[in-house]
Amino acid sequence: MSALTPAGDFRTSYRADTTIFPTRNSRIALFLGIAILCCAPLVFDRYALSLLINIGFLGIAALGLNILVGFTGQISIGHAAFFGFGAFASAWLHEHLHIPVLLCIPLAGIATALVGLVFGAPAARLKGLYLAIATLAAQFILEDFFARARWFTGGVAGRMTESPVLFGFAFDRDETFFYLVLAWVIVMFVAAANLMRSRDGRALVAVRDHYLSAEMMGINLAYYRTLSFGIASLYAGIGGALYAHYLLFVSVEAFNILFSIQFLGMVIIGGLGSVMGSLMGAAFMVMLPEVTQWGAEALAGSAIDQALRLGASISFLREMVVGAAIILFLIFEPDGLARRWRLIKAYWKLYPYSH
Amino acid sequence: MDLALLLQLTLNGLIVGALYGVVAMSFVLIYKASQVVNFAQGEFLLVGAWVCWWFLTEWGLPFYAGFLFTLVFMTLFGLVLQVVVLRPLIGEPVISVIMATIGLGIFFQALMKWIFGVFAKPFPPIFSVERVSVLGLEVQTVYLLSLGISLLIMAGFGWFFTASKHGLAMRATAFDQQVAQSLGVSVPKVFAMSWAISAVVSSVAGVVVGVVNGVSSALSFYGIKVFPAVILGGLDSIAGAVLGGIIVGLLENWAHYIDSEWLNWGNMFQIAPFYGLVLILLIKPYGLFGTKNIERV
Repeated sequence: MSALTPAGDFRTSYRADTTIFPTRNSRIALFLGIAILCCAPLVFDRYALSLLINIGFLGIAALGLNILVGFTGQISIGHAAFFGFGAFASAWLHEHLHIPVLLCIPLAGIATALVGLVFGAPAARLKGLYLAIATLAAQFILEDFFARARWFTGGVAGRMTESPVLFGFAFDRDETFFYLVLAWVIVMFVAAANLMRSRDGRALVAVRDHYLSAEMMGINLAYYRTLSFGIASLYAGIGGALYAHYLLFVSVEAFNILFSIQFLGMVIIGGLGSVMGSLMGAAFMVMLPEVTQWGAEALAGSAIDQALRLGASISFLREMVVGAAIILFLIFEPDGLARRWRLIKAYWKLYPYSH
Repeated sequence: MDLALLLQLTLNGLIVGALYGVVAMSFVLIYKASQVVNFAQGEFLLVGAWVCWWFLTEWGLPFYAGFLFTLVFMTLFGLVLQVVVLRPLIGEPVISVIMATIGLGIFFQALMKWIFGVFAKPFPPIFSVERVSVLGLEVQTVYLLSLGISLLIMAGFGWFFTASKHGLAMRATAFDQQVAQSLGVSVPKVFAMSWAISAVVSSVAGVVVGVVNGVSSALSFYGIKVFPAVILGGLDSIAGAVLGGIIVGLLENWAHYIDSEWLNWGNMFQIAPFYGLVLILLIKPYGLFGTKNIERV
């Protein structure tokens, strides 16, 4: 394995084509990146850390949605509902069955995956816009269920949760919880990257690219569409469980349709069918409202601020920016940040001889 | 059993259902002409109602003038949206187009909240008589007017698609874009026109609802209620959309009746159409009148 890919050296085997690390440098870069992230709690303040933690658990859930939308080509407008189910399931498991929180997180993921399979089984017959509309209905039905099922969600009052504890060590501060989220992000992203190199991952992509051909080649459409729903829900559940034990409070209203749309926005902005793109999309979606707020604060007191009432309507501004970002990305960069990142890398590879 | 309540709710269901039918029709119009599923249909109602409210209260225009200006504005609004946002996305996958309309939806909903605030604002009174009695039931005049307008729009659509040149061009485009183009139909014009008409018709519904309940962001929920209606009727059937709308209107009011009489769950009014939607998708995904999509390799 060489440090850089020499010019004119083409991949000749399937193994070489699907390898995660094409060069030694890419492997070093990844481990270096993780090592730098491990130092983040020593450097950043709590605000920056909380943003990173948000990017982490939203990134996990966005990756699940990307497996469903980007890799399998099934649309879901109800992802936030599954995210919420994971959050409530983890809180409920801890409070009623007294399972340690660290165990609750994967268990909540599995429980959400089962719910996802239940919703996914009928969805396997649908595709395209019919599926979009069906999942939209699922979003409202689950939201209604959350508000109604007081034993499970605490009803309108919401549900308190507790911090994870490992051998008496509590992940109750941003500095410590960050490591927990980082570990889960690494596990889930490595799992997804490897899933896409496996037989099942190829089957999912085949279902997306041409489902009739895929079916003729012996791929069971219903099985893989349902499976994809299950995997997406598993990721959403784990992301939701981390969310619950980070915020320590889960409210029914949080998992509305706007949140679902934000997940779709992350996937589209990051790049459909790109594992790392999901994380980039989540980072973009977390940073966008913050940057909007900084912009509004920078303008505070100026004539623009007085004319447009920026300070009082910051929450609407944030929503508007999200909507505008989705539209602009679809028109100008439909393959998302992942493609932009590849272009940047390609540019520097040939620098200064690029043309 | 409270028979008077049931009758009242049935009447409400019919009137609201007719409005759903109108919105569903304008949704189907866009889908039929340009194969775009418009998740921002509810925001058309919202924008139309707010603009009309603005003309009436801030400018002090009489109702007919403000209403007329609103229609002109919405025509331009629909045209601009189609040309600026949707035209570059022609040929992109379904998910991109759906996401673009969802993005538009969030954008305009937030924009309206920003400009006009979050609280419902009432229209200035338009009729001197608030309520009239029909067959012993109290009905708001506005409701009667809305029923009348709905029927008028439906008749207008019927005429447009069977007798007018543009309507025929639109149907030809919906049937086969290439053939229509080769026969001299300008497909981009048809797309733009379908968006303009859809925006105008939705805004009429928006103004009617606004006059009844006041204008607020709750109006955009009509855009979501449209989905049960159009799925029930069949995504590409105008008549199906009307029927679907009326059925959804009745369904939610009857669900409300059953809920208030026996179940006491609350919220059935909002959620019943979605259970219906899931059920239809499982049993008959192409709806009552929709074209069954047969795929060949």
